[in-house]
Amino acid sequence: MISGKGGTGKTTITASFAALAQNTVMVDCDVDASDLHLLLHPQIMQTIEFQGSKLAVMDKIKCVECGLCKDACKFDAINDSFEVNRLLCEGCGVCVVVCPEKALNLSERISGYAFISKTKYGLMSHARLNPGEASSGKLVTLVRQNARQIAEKEKCNLILIDGPPGIGCPVIASVTGIDIGLVVTEPTMSGIHDLERALQLLNHFNVSPLVCINKYDINRKNTKEIVKVCEKNNSEVIGKISFDPIMTKAMVAGKTVVEHSPESTVSREIKRLWETLLRI
Amino acid sequence: MIVSIASGKGGTGKTTVAVNLALSVKNAVLLDCDVEEPNVHLFLHPKINEVKPVYVLTPQINEGLCDYCGKCSKFCEYNALFVSLEKIRVFSELCHSCGGCKIVCPLEAITERKRKIGTVKMGIAGNIELVYGELAVSEPMPIPVIKEVKRHVKDRKIVIVDSPPGTSCPMIESVYNSDYCILVAEPTPFGLHDLKITVEVLEKIGIPFGVVINRTEIGDRKTYDYCKRKEIPILLEIPFQRKIAELYSRGIPFINEMPEWRTRFQRLFTEIKERVKD
Repeated sequence: MISGKGGTGKTTITASFAALAQNTVMVDCDVDASDLHLLLHPQIMQTIEFQGSKLAVMDKIKCVECGLCKDACKFDAINDSFEVNRLLCEGCGVCVVVCPEKALNLSERISGYAFISKTKYGLMSHARLNPGEASSGKLVTLVRQNARQIAEKEKCNLILIDGPPGIGCPVIASVTGIDIGLVVTEPTMSGIHDLERALQLLNHFNVSPLVCINKYDINRKNTKEIVKVCEKNNSEVIGKISFDPIMTKAMVAGKTVVEHSPESTVSREIKRLWETLLRI
Repeated sequence: MIVSIASGKGGTGKTTVAVNLALSVKNAVLLDCDVEEPNVHLFLHPKINEVKPVYVLTPQINEGLCDYCGKCSKFCEYNALFVSLEKIRVFSELCHSCGGCKIVCPLEAITERKRKIGTVKMGIAGNIELVYGELAVSEPMPIPVIKEVKRHVKDRKIVIVDSPPGTSCPMIESVYNSDYCILVAEPTPFGLHDLKITVEVLEKIGIPFGVVINRTEIGDRKTYDYCKRKEIPILLEIPFQRKIAELYSRGIPFINEMPEWRTRFQRLFTEIKERVKD
């Protein structure tokens, strides 16, 4: 599940799929603003430290303030008082090789944690990137490796991935090697624009792109436009979900919408979408 | 003064706030740093007067000079270079352009070549100067494009930065050096969870911030309680109205059709100015 644009309903829909599916591993690849756990309530069984990029560490006693490191750093991570800015340092090690006094070293840093958890729907692989850390793509790759291992061990034939917004490195890490990419969009100008770039991305990585329009009834003209955009990009709309505040009410209750209000129109639409996906 | 607009969660209304705020103050420079999915231009229809490619530097190997010693690949923290017995390969999409391989090569076999990863567009919409970046589809690294957009920060002007969602490097690069940051949040469990992480990031960087709550009646009161407890000012509340949602879907900034909101955004800006002064 990806979307390009954020807030289109990826997580809400993924969580509902989790409740409808059987023999599935759930994965949250939105590692910096992950929300799937708020609906699936995982119990953490295993925590794995994640070391992302390294961090340059300055030995102030050895430093003679010659400025070579500051000039060589492409990320402006060394300031005028020769301190390394943890937020800007990408751990490349250039400062270490240019320093004539050996005052700099690269150290490992813990950028976050990956988790393997149990939910009432099955096992879940997820993570938390510490706020402000880089390397989200690397953490996504770790989360997917974990998911794959659990799936093989538990003989699950389906892995459901809730992806991050955008089209950059964590999204690329989420979609490489998947079989089906479902893009969740909404009938707004922004939704359409971002959908097109998400479809191009999936096509580029040879993933068959399918589309679901959330809140399709807030602008029917744009919904028609989305159908055209899909045709142009080797894709098709396989489901439409109405706008209904019940989705948010279910979220406030900490439940998936298909369990919170199984008889609602949106729940029926999500079920239909899920059955269509299974046939594909 | 630089004011950035951010939120951990996507789709909370960052672009809505950025666009309506820019339209409410005079002669703003608006920088769309969501280079993966830029949307500001869809609302402002700028007349584009300059398009600039964004390049990054990646290594180029002169195989005539290379003796496959492997020092460059050993140095590279991003696995962008692979050296075997008589072969060297560059994976340029993994390269962070640190320039280290060139420094460690003892035979000067590495030079740098430019690789295009996106574009920056500059234009005018009314009295707004708009700059936005576009990361090329399939390129993983948005940071160099964001940096290029942010070069258009101008002294003595009001600069409004629309940041990408999330709390990792693209968001940090976008909000960095801001005088103030507006966090746009939805009063829902997802909205609150992601707001908390974003607050942690801003506290780490040391940027003063306040919250705009969007779609005020859709969720619960927990986001309000959190702001009160943390003494985070709530700068503006935007209700969930079908008309606002519908204008948004058509790409129309809502203050254009609902003029009473113009003064509210102006008041928001005055309040930020006073908070920055203090």
